[in-house]
Amino acid sequence: MSLRRPSKEQPDNFDFNPASLEAAKSIIAKYPKDKQQSAVMALLYIAQKQNSNWIPLAAMKCIGKFLDMPYIKVYEVATFYTMYNLAPVGKHFIQICTTTPCMIRGAYKLVEACKEKISENENELSKDQSCSWMEVECLGACVNAPMLQINDDYYEDLDKEKTLKILDKILTGETPKPGSYRGRLNNEPENNRKTLMDLKNA
Amino acid sequence: MLKLKVNEIDIEVEEGLTVLQACEKAGVEIPRFCYHEKLSIAGNCRMCLVELEKSPKPVASCAMPAAEGMNIKTNTEFVEKARKGVMEFLLANHPLDCPVCDQGGECDLQDQSMLYGVDKSRYKENKRAVSEKNMGPLIKTQMTRCIHCTRCVRFATEVAGVTEIGAIGRGEDMEITTYLEQSMQSELSANVVDLCPVGALTSKPYVFEARPWELKKTESIDVMDAIGSNIRVDTYGWEVKRILPRINEDINEEWISDKTRYACDGLLNQRLDTPYIKYNGKFEKASWNEVFNIIKSKFKNTDKDKICGMSGDLVNMETLYIFKEFFNKTLGSHNVESRSDHTYLNSKKRENYLFNSTINGIEEADFILLIGSNPRYEATILNARIRKAYLQNKTKIISLNNVGDLTYPYESLNGDIENIKRITEDSHEVSSLIKKAKKPLIIFGQSSLKTKSAKYIFESVKSFLKKNNKMSDEWNSLNTISENASTVGSFDLGLYKTVDGSNEVLKDLENHMFEIVYLLGVDNLKFEKKNEFVIYQGSHGDKGAEIADIILPGAAYTEQNGYFTNLEGKIQKAYKASFPPEEAKEDWLIINELAETMNHRKLFNDKDELDSSLLNQINLFIEKDKSIKSSTVENIEFKQEILKVENEDYYYSNAIARASKTMLECKTAKVNLKLTGTEG
Amino acid sequence: MLKDEDRIFQNLYNDKGSDVESSRKRGDWTNTKDLIDKGRDWIVTEVKASELRGRGGAGFPTGLKWSFAPKELGSRPHYLVINGDESEPGTCKDRDILRFEPHKLIEGCLIAAYAVQAHVCYIYIRGEYFIDGEKLQAAIDEAYEKNLIGKNASGTGWDLDIYIHYGAGAYICGEETALLESIEGKKGQPRLKPPFPALIGLYGCPTIINNVETIAVIPTILRRGGKWFASLGKAKNTGTKIFCISGNVNNPCNVEEEMSISLKELIEVHAGGVIGGWENLQAVIPGGSSMPLIPQKTCETLTMDFDSLMAEKSGLGTAGIVVINKDQDIIKCMARIARFYKHESCGQCTPCREGTGWMWRMLERMAKGEASRDEVDMLGDVTNQIAGHTICAFGEGSSWPVQGLLRHFKKEIEDRNDLNPTIKKEKNIPYLVDQHLLDKKNA
Repeated sequence: MSLRRPSKEQPDNFDFNPASLEAAKSIIAKYPKDKQQSAVMALLYIAQKQNSNWIPLAAMKCIGKFLDMPYIKVYEVATFYTMYNLAPVGKHFIQICTTTPCMIRGAYKLVEACKEKISENENELSKDQSCSWMEVECLGACVNAPMLQINDDYYEDLDKEKTLKILDKILTGETPKPGSYRGRLNNEPENNRKTLMDLKNA
Repeated sequence: MLKLKVNEIDIEVEEGLTVLQACEKAGVEIPRFCYHEKLSIAGNCRMCLVELEKSPKPVASCAMPAAEGMNIKTNTEFVEKARKGVMEFLLANHPLDCPVCDQGGECDLQDQSMLYGVDKSRYKENKRAVSEKNMGPLIKTQMTRCIHCTRCVRFATEVAGVTEIGAIGRGEDMEITTYLEQSMQSELSANVVDLCPVGALTSKPYVFEARPWELKKTESIDVMDAIGSNIRVDTYGWEVKRILPRINEDINEEWISDKTRYACDGLLNQRLDTPYIKYNGKFEKASWNEVFNIIKSKFKNTDKDKICGMSGDLVNMETLYIFKEFFNKTLGSHNVESRSDHTYLNSKKRENYLFNSTINGIEEADFILLIGSNPRYEATILNARIRKAYLQNKTKIISLNNVGDLTYPYESLNGDIENIKRITEDSHEVSSLIKKAKKPLIIFGQSSLKTKSAKYIFESVKSFLKKNNKMSDEWNSLNTISENASTVGSFDLGLYKTVDGSNEVLKDLENHMFEIVYLLGVDNLKFEKKNEFVIYQGSHGDKGAEIADIILPGAAYTEQNGYFTNLEGKIQKAYKASFPPEEAKEDWLIINELAETMNHRKLFNDKDELDSSLLNQINLFIEKDKSIKSSTVENIEFKQEILKVENEDYYYSNAIARASKTMLECKTAKVNLKLTGTEG
Repeated sequence: MLKDEDRIFQNLYNDKGSDVESSRKRGDWTNTKDLIDKGRDWIVTEVKASELRGRGGAGFPTGLKWSFAPKELGSRPHYLVINGDESEPGTCKDRDILRFEPHKLIEGCLIAAYAVQAHVCYIYIRGEYFIDGEKLQAAIDEAYEKNLIGKNASGTGWDLDIYIHYGAGAYICGEETALLESIEGKKGQPRLKPPFPALIGLYGCPTIINNVETIAVIPTILRRGGKWFASLGKAKNTGTKIFCISGNVNNPCNVEEEMSISLKELIEVHAGGVIGGWENLQAVIPGGSSMPLIPQKTCETLTMDFDSLMAEKSGLGTAGIVVINKDQDIIKCMARIARFYKHESCGQCTPCREGTGWMWRMLERMAKGEASRDEVDMLGDVTNQIAGHTICAFGEGSSWPVQGLLRHFKKEIEDRNDLNPTIKKEKNIPYLVDQHLLDKKNA
């Protein structure tokens, strides 16, 4: 919960690879001339993606130069927003929402599952170094609670058992199917739909 | 004008003021931490809350523009409750370490908690602890005390122009930090110590030295450069403990350079505290009588044309004046010079060596041309003004040389004097920029006046400006950045001997034409001594004392009253805050007593007589200067040359700075930074 | 119950697909040019007539907001910014619009951009919704391809570019000025107001900021008329609204319903009832975590709209309804919400930076029964010292839930934390005599 600190072990250099560079340039084009600083958040994502899901300080320096903005300003942005990982995380990065709506539907059971399968503590790599997990604040899928996010995908309507199964798949290298794990259609009331029935039956 | 009410009193204020400023106009003080007149508005401390009629919530007065018909209340229970609430939050995580905090006694938080604080803490949780940051040899950090007002961040970004401090993280974990783990790359860095409303950033060299109420405070003038920054000298007994800025909106606003602030520990080291005579290459202590008698016999037995006097960079005008009087009247010599190098000087009119546009004028300028100058090092405070002008008006700035980071963007030419030729012949793009500008600013740095082509550069540019009517009474675009605190005063008093701008005394000195050389605080002279008999008068055992045969221990600028004229031509008085150590005496007194020894007659009966005579002389000179019609400009031959801007070691530029340990640390810190390559 | 044909978001559950062709079948993009040809004034008047209030939480009248944009296009461009930083716990409605009804949003963007004279529109989406953002991006690409947006969008003669800007995990960026800071590539710290964004917003230019749902309902309002929209719900609380019902209900879901629907109907009919029955209901957070909770007895008769919730000292907010039943520890639930606010405080201004952590720590202790009796009132003091004293509405957002807890569950807290450390002043005790000496004597 305390200040997220950059990893002690840092690579000396960082440079965008050609694909990242291409992506970065197309992002900058979204913003008005001389407002390239707007692209800093997107560029941090690109750097994070390129550098196996975390952002080293060298990348921040690189982005600062690339966007002609002071390094400290990039650093400020990277430490302010919580989705930027300042230290290495697992290739499969599992984030469990434990805010009240999920909590009252048993989110901490999901945390238990992660503790059993991945690692005892948050932000700790699993034995095979492929996974890490952390508790996060509301992920905005409250009617599908409890839920968790693995990299970009949402896994919804879970309980401990289903979570354990998902984690097993992840650990064996499979990619489990994202979405609801109770088989309902998105956010509809399960087996209790009273609206838009024509469409459903059409 | 806006009509509004503050605490039921009607007042009128100009438009564009904030509620806080309007309250101040009405004489109502508003507590604040984050708000600062010279910085952008952050509105984050929430201490300045006031009540506004029709607003259900209290309003942060620092950020709210004053408007017609506002009814502002600052003395209601509502306001007091709001401020007490904010104060409780500020104190919740603030350590109660006032007894060991250097800010104690001059801490905004301490002062305001007397009004809005409660005697008991209701906060039962663990207090936050924040790790220290390394901010170099000048600034000590104790970040647990930080109240996140972000004044330091705004100062570094806005005034100093080095975006090196930031607030990282968020929420209660937000921290002020610098990524450098080193001092800020700014010569203004220590101003954050004054800005910090609490003890988070304090002065490292002054750590645990004294409490503010123990110190004697003397308002004075700085001599580290030719700006004449207004300062306050705090002394404890003899020791100068620290130097702080004093507000002077026309000169230094609220800032002083790190050198001004921290060279003061040099006043304690390397001091000359007794007269010395050199016997067989070794200095031996002597009495004033002994040294005066030796000097007397030397002078008596030497042809007056074989005697010369040179004055230094930190000498006040009283001393300069009596020095000149001593040479002219007592010795009958005219070999008196204040320039330690071959700087070109056109002394015909005062405007030729002044910063005529004035420091305030910089903000009005619409074009700036730097010729052989690095204002960042030559006049740090003036450089901050150029940055301010750039930020306010996006002023276009061109420099003849690329002199590195000046904290604002500028275009640079290649340093070739050819450019000057083309500019003044109206065949360079800069020519039209100057002509088009309403208020151009042409700044000559010392490097341009020291080069071989100095005369050509100066005179041809001047005649170009004259021709294009850029040197009128309303706006004089001709500006020189003088090198030292004494420069303008020396020129005003006529301490030069020149043919066509040259330095005749120095020429003769270099040719070893003199038998006796009297150095008055001269420490920056490059001179290989042969058979000359050298008398050195000054405060520090520096380069001048090294080559001396006789040493007369004088006083430093904090130890005697003295006038200094700054680069704009403003005369200001530095006041005595301390006293010369041991046997040392005030400089004017030494010369006066020497004159008495020479021919049994003092030059002046007392300091008052000297002062009034000096001021008389200055006034006469300034009046005479006004009446002189400008001279015609002759044609000077152009020689191809590349101008180089060389700045002497910034932290080591004078005898006091060279004796300062803090300056040495700054110098090493900077060198280390360059070596590790973390710069920029 | 609202008739199905009056539901704006026909594809809320993605029965039909979100591509442009399916959307067209639902009426999107059918006569956009005709709508825009009726002119700016007509659009703004219709929106005003619909009495549509912003769906992002504050409920500010949308038509009025649009009319704040400068009438004449000056030297500075205008911007339209769509707030899709949906992060309020209990709320997940915008996500469904982004992924299932993107064309409603894009068409709404075009109409709104035309109404406020913006040629560029940024849609700010929270970084966690990356997959949903991708779906929106696909829809935007589709719209460009069909020339629905871009140069001469939909043949209207108006140029519009739409870009997505992703957030990166900061609730505060849902505050409109923090969102602008974030788009400008800075930390999401709210700006001081005035100036308001309608005059000085993104890059210092006039900017209108609307919630995703607000913009997505605009085309339907214009097609069916402001009057139709105003006829739903009740005065000043008109139209339909997506309600998110989460927490301890049998069938948590999103559902679009008429404004002013009764809370009980939402829970019992749509969400399949409270787990353990209506009697097992403890409290309801009616509008996302920042709105004060409502105790069970009030839930019986409560209708869901801005004004009636205001009367209960709560608010409709984002209409994210979190149902908490009696199996839950209400203090713990609120402590968790306090932790959320502590985590999301931007740290810029004092009351929120120092106060949110303080509230959370106190509540955690109270949940464990480790606080003393006097701290209950102190907690109330702290909330009052935060609310109203901050730069943005986060101060209120973080202290209201705690105030709601204290308002309705003070007794529960006091029962659990009954340690009373205050020394009772007894008679005849001379001044300055220490209590412990007295205790010894009495022992």
